[in-house]
Amino acid sequence: MGNATGAEILMDAFLQEKVEVIFGFPGGAILDVFDVMNRPGMPRFILTRHEQGAGHMADGYARATGKVGVCVVTSGPGATNLATAVATAYMDSIPMVAITGQVVTSAIGNDAFQEVDVVGYTRPISKHNYLVRSVEDLPRILKEAFYIAKTGRPGPVVVDLPKDVQRAVLENYRYPKSVSIRSYKPTTDGNPLAIRRAAEAIKRSRRPLLYVGGGALYEGCQKLLVELAEKCQIPCVTTLLGLGAFPEDHPYAMEMLGMHGTQYANYAMHNCDCIIAVGARFDDRVTGKLSEFAPNRQDIIHIDIDPSSISKSIPVTVPVVGDASRILKKLLEIVEPAVHEEWVNQCQQWKKSHPLKYRNDGKLYPQFVIEELYKATGGDAIVVTEVGQHQMWTAQFWKFTKPRTFLSSGGLGTMGYGFPAAIGAKVAFPHKHVVVIAGDGSIQMNMQEMTTAMNENLPVKVAILNNSCLGMVRQWQDMFYQKNYSGTCLLPPPDAKTGEPQAYRPDFVKLAEAFGAVGLRARTMEEVRPTLEAMLACDKPVFAEFIVETEENVFPMIPAGGGVQQMLGGLV
Amino acid sequence: MRHVISVLVENHFGVLTRIAGMFSSRGFNIDSLAVGETTDPTISRITIVSHGDDSVIEQIVKQLRKLVDVIRVQDITKESHIERELVLAKVKCAKETRAEIMQMVSIFRARIVDVSSESLVIELVGTQDRIRALLELLDPYGILEVAKTGAIGLARGPQHLKV
Repeated sequence: MGNATGAEILMDAFLQEKVEVIFGFPGGAILDVFDVMNRPGMPRFILTRHEQGAGHMADGYARATGKVGVCVVTSGPGATNLATAVATAYMDSIPMVAITGQVVTSAIGNDAFQEVDVVGYTRPISKHNYLVRSVEDLPRILKEAFYIAKTGRPGPVVVDLPKDVQRAVLENYRYPKSVSIRSYKPTTDGNPLAIRRAAEAIKRSRRPLLYVGGGALYEGCQKLLVELAEKCQIPCVTTLLGLGAFPEDHPYAMEMLGMHGTQYANYAMHNCDCIIAVGARFDDRVTGKLSEFAPNRQDIIHIDIDPSSISKSIPVTVPVVGDASRILKKLLEIVEPAVHEEWVNQCQQWKKSHPLKYRNDGKLYPQFVIEELYKATGGDAIVVTEVGQHQMWTAQFWKFTKPRTFLSSGGLGTMGYGFPAAIGAKVAFPHKHVVVIAGDGSIQMNMQEMTTAMNENLPVKVAILNNSCLGMVRQWQDMFYQKNYSGTCLLPPPDAKTGEPQAYRPDFVKLAEAFGAVGLRARTMEEVRPTLEAMLACDKPVFAEFIVETEENVFPMIPAGGGVQQMLGGLV
Repeated sequence: MRHVISVLVENHFGVLTRIAGMFSSRGFNIDSLAVGETTDPTISRITIVSHGDDSVIEQIVKQLRKLVDVIRVQDITKESHIERELVLAKVKCAKETRAEIMQMVSIFRARIVDVSSESLVIELVGTQDRIRALLELLDPYGILEVAKTGAIGLARGPQHLKV
């Protein structure tokens, strides 16, 4: 390429890595990058209204496509605003490259204007990070950053780029063709002996169960999971992040397990004798009380690309480190077909006897809105959630059949994630329905991004389930804090003079209109379907508000630190 | 159980922070830590002494391996190994006690590396136990200050960590 500045090298790296879109927000310490970003032929740039939004958009784009999401922000407050998004991506193993501007190298450490120690604070919340100290290092670092982000257990990589390095000229610049990092060599092919032991463990089991997480969430893997399930008659439960990894319309699908999982999924886990974990990490929201988790298990086969996930909280008998689909392919070659009729029937019996349910008394319940949205879209949509009750109801009541159609912040539980993440997904899939199921609490954490959705013509549809409170927190206060609803009511206090109740703030319909978007509202069951139809048909972004029952709780529920014995089923 | 973990890392700035940070953010203990360049100037060896049950040590080793800048990790306590620490102890010393102290120094095969009219500085290389034993014996004379390194160690025999 000849001589190039640091900023030009960065943009060229984006092109070489086939980056389609950059989400970001400018500032003094990243201006040299912005100065070349709008040249012809550069990737699409989307200006957000907050750096956190840029990070979540890159994350949503990555989850929906499987590609590396990219965001570019400035130093100091720009970088710290990005922190929540980087941590969210890290907890859920999402490939991302985040570029932060930094003050000039000579000023680093001097408490310069808008200086913050980015590699210091992102160390525990990123897969890896770099401070680029010289333009000579930049091509290699960028190549490594993309490689590290997308290989092994994926994750966010932060590259902190001082202003003088952006301006410095590198002679005879060439983007590296290959990458080799002696200290980073992820294992992808499973050990053949371990795979053989896995096949033997499946053979001796009577009640095997697949337990599938976010590490199995890609097209090629689903086929193999279904093949294994059918060949050996193995029912399958999924984690929150694993939704879509196994088709929920399959008779062996036992759906989500864990704290708010289905009763049948949790019964299956409780009674199985062999767990085949694929890309799942035995998170505390899945296991509950460790000593009571899956007490009838003889074997745990754990297929995971990250060795440190294996035997972290639950001792595993057959660890298999590597890429899920490569291992499953080899396992399928050697595993013997098996019949577990009694076990499969038992699982299906639980499904019939303990279905998910909610009240049907004519009032508008949030679960109903989700079921209606599922019907209105025919299930063909990318579904994005915020965090809270609505997130759990979506996980329960939507039937996910394809990978990458459910985007949600699982590990970090980031309120404010959903709306920007949906905008990121919409960039990748402009012709697909991208719907956000949100609570009235969460949506207010990043609603400024409606401007971005409008300006960039990204008609994301947001169904706000408004219960006038922070529902999940209120539920815990209801169940474990003697209904002491401290700080969870989102209604304004009564008028000081008259004592009259005041209307909910903000008025989401007017708010949408203020952005130039469309606002809709439904208050009754009858109004739900037409409102949803109007929302889906609209060619602009929409806030559709559904005024739902306030004191509705998510069930089933296994209280934190409890076991299946403590599961609260809800309605009987 | 006490474990000595030997780690080869890229000799970059900030690598020590990554390692120390991983220990603190995951709640693992560091009893001592010693860092030095190897014969290859691009690689440093960090020796960490930690304690915990087998599952904790297994996690420590796995989490170390997960760090991008870490090249090799070995728990050398799992095999036959040599372990050394270095201590410098400044001890009060009057005319009357000098001979006694020097005798002790020679029994321990330690060395006197500084002498003044009122004090001695004693250097000892050895295992933790030997160092502790010497310091206990010196205590009655009045130890003015002590500087101690963390443990370093190597597995016995020709086997070694290869990059």
